[in-house]
Amino acid sequence: MTPNPLKKPASQSAFSDHRSTARAGMVFWKTGAAPALVPLRISEKPKVALQGISVTYGVNGSRLLALDNIELKVRAGEFLCIVGPSGCGKSTLLHLIAGLQKPTSGQILVDGQGVEAPGTDRILIFQELGLFPWLTVAENVEFGMKMKNISKAEREEKTHHYLRLVHLAQFKDSYTHQLSGGMRQRVALARALATEPDVLLMDEPFAALDAQTRDLLHDELERIWAETGRTIIFVTHNVREAVRLGDRVVLLTFRPGRVKREFEVELPRPRHLEEVDVARTARAILEDLREEINKSLEAEYEAHR
Amino acid sequence: MRRIGRQVIFYGILFGLWFVLAKLKIWPPYIFPTPWGVAESLGAGFQDHSFWIAIGVSMKRMLLGYGISVMLGMVLGLAVASNKFLEDTIGGLLVSLQSLPSICWLPLAVLWFGLTEKAILFVVVMGSLLSVTIAMEDGRKQMPKIYGMAGRNLGARGFKLFWYVLLPASLPFIVSGLKQGWAFAWRSLISGEMIFVSLGLGQLLMMGRDLNDMSQVIAVMILIIAIGYIVDGLVFKTVERRLQNKWGLAPAT
Ligand SMILES: Nc1ncnc2c1ncn2[C@@H]1O[C@H](COP(=O)(O)OP(=O)(O)OP(=O)(O)O)[C@@H](O)[C@H]1O
Ligand SMILES: [Mg+2]
Repeated sequence: MTPNPLKKPASQSAFSDHRSTARAGMVFWKTGAAPALVPLRISEKPKVALQGISVTYGVNGSRLLALDNIELKVRAGEFLCIVGPSGCGKSTLLHLIAGLQKPTSGQILVDGQGVEAPGTDRILIFQELGLFPWLTVAENVEFGMKMKNISKAEREEKTHHYLRLVHLAQFKDSYTHQLSGGMRQRVALARALATEPDVLLMDEPFAALDAQTRDLLHDELERIWAETGRTIIFVTHNVREAVRLGDRVVLLTFRPGRVKREFEVELPRPRHLEEVDVARTARAILEDLREEINKSLEAEYEAHR
Repeated sequence: MRRIGRQVIFYGILFGLWFVLAKLKIWPPYIFPTPWGVAESLGAGFQDHSFWIAIGVSMKRMLLGYGISVMLGMVLGLAVASNKFLEDTIGGLLVSLQSLPSICWLPLAVLWFGLTEKAILFVVVMGSLLSVTIAMEDGRKQMPKIYGMAGRNLGARGFKLFWYVLLPASLPFIVSGLKQGWAFAWRSLISGEMIFVSLGLGQLLMMGRDLNDMSQVIAVMILIIAIGYIVDGLVFKTVERRLQNKWGLAPAT
């Protein structure tokens, strides 16, 4: 793992290959100062492609269109953030990519292959974490590697490495119910990272963390991403976090979930949550998001009348 | 503490009453046994090893029969829980079979297997299989879905998914069923042994009757209760407590 001095390839400036319609008016484009931290490889080839994805749920007799005709391409090595109001289908989207759920229509391609089942090339950190309460912290982190029949020695080494990374090495023998919410989120992060997937799907992974730990993990995640060239799809309700981390932020609409807009974030890395540029970009996205949140609140209000 | 105090007083009175009634000699001892007679029977039974042998034989049958029904029940319960067709067909059959006392399987078992060890094992298995299966099915359904999803997400499938995820995840929900299965197996075994001449505690009980030895009958009954209580109170309670501690569930009181 070497920190990588490559600059973004020039070809990256042309994102024209997909979706011009929903793309945002806000394109941050900096050609100036060389970024201190840039990803290993971002290729134009889509790593993950969602083609006309719709999902309908049957909810006590009536049908709920959760996702409606989603078109989305995620480049290999891209850090994509998805924001949207609660209930707009963000978790559903990640479950689909993880192969845990099938879309009602449309198809999902990973490396050009249709997704039929879960695979260890795509690991999801669940919103509800899904840590195994009957296993210790270390055994949880080890689990994915054990399923892959990785040798005990290597498992132990990697488990230790990733637990150190999330600052939980002393808690390796604890059970998950003995940890705080934020610590559990970090265990889930370590468990996913230890499986070393190509695509990391993260569903509001830092929601329960205090500001300091979250900042730290933002830095770590950005570093891991830049060093390993993983593709990350990161769901959050925190726009500022999305801007802090993402190459691109996709905003979903509320019921049915559609891609409302995409924002390219071209601020130099590493970024910081408190930066003026981050705040300014976030504010612009937030205006759009607020519209959708209002819609969701209205829907809630209607439902309770 | 108050609970223990009450129990001591209750059993003290019960025992005292028994003692007094026996002392009064209203009924002959072959109808109403004396406490000292029962104590003597217990002592003699252990001394001439007949109780030890019977316990050994019965426990061996239990472990074998119960082991088989746990393994079969797990597979069956899991299959029924994860397949709508099996649930509608086999699931329904299992529930209706539950109303059949397991001893009713004995005539069938004897016709199939003859007066052999297999016949008695069959009765034990049939006695506990249903409750283990139903417990497993319930456990599988009660188990939060997230564990199965997380397991599949991390690359577990097939047998590994069952062994490393589904089984441990549903354990807290099936221990009570496993416990119930043990109790049913125990009852089936004793009834089977009583009807079916063979070594074991059930036969000792019948032997007491044949010899008109009420003290032995009571002594064996006490033994049967004690073993059931020990397994339930020590083995299963410990397992339950361990699970609860591990999972961080509040102990059920
Ligand atoms: N299994 C299900 N059955 C029925 N409806 C469902 C199911 N799962 C999700 N939904 C519905 O689909 C919609 C999208 O759910 P989803 O969990 O994907 O939202 P989300 O964007 O992740 O929300 P949040 O930000 O609150 O986590 C919601 O309206 C929800 O009620
Ligand atoms: Mg969600």
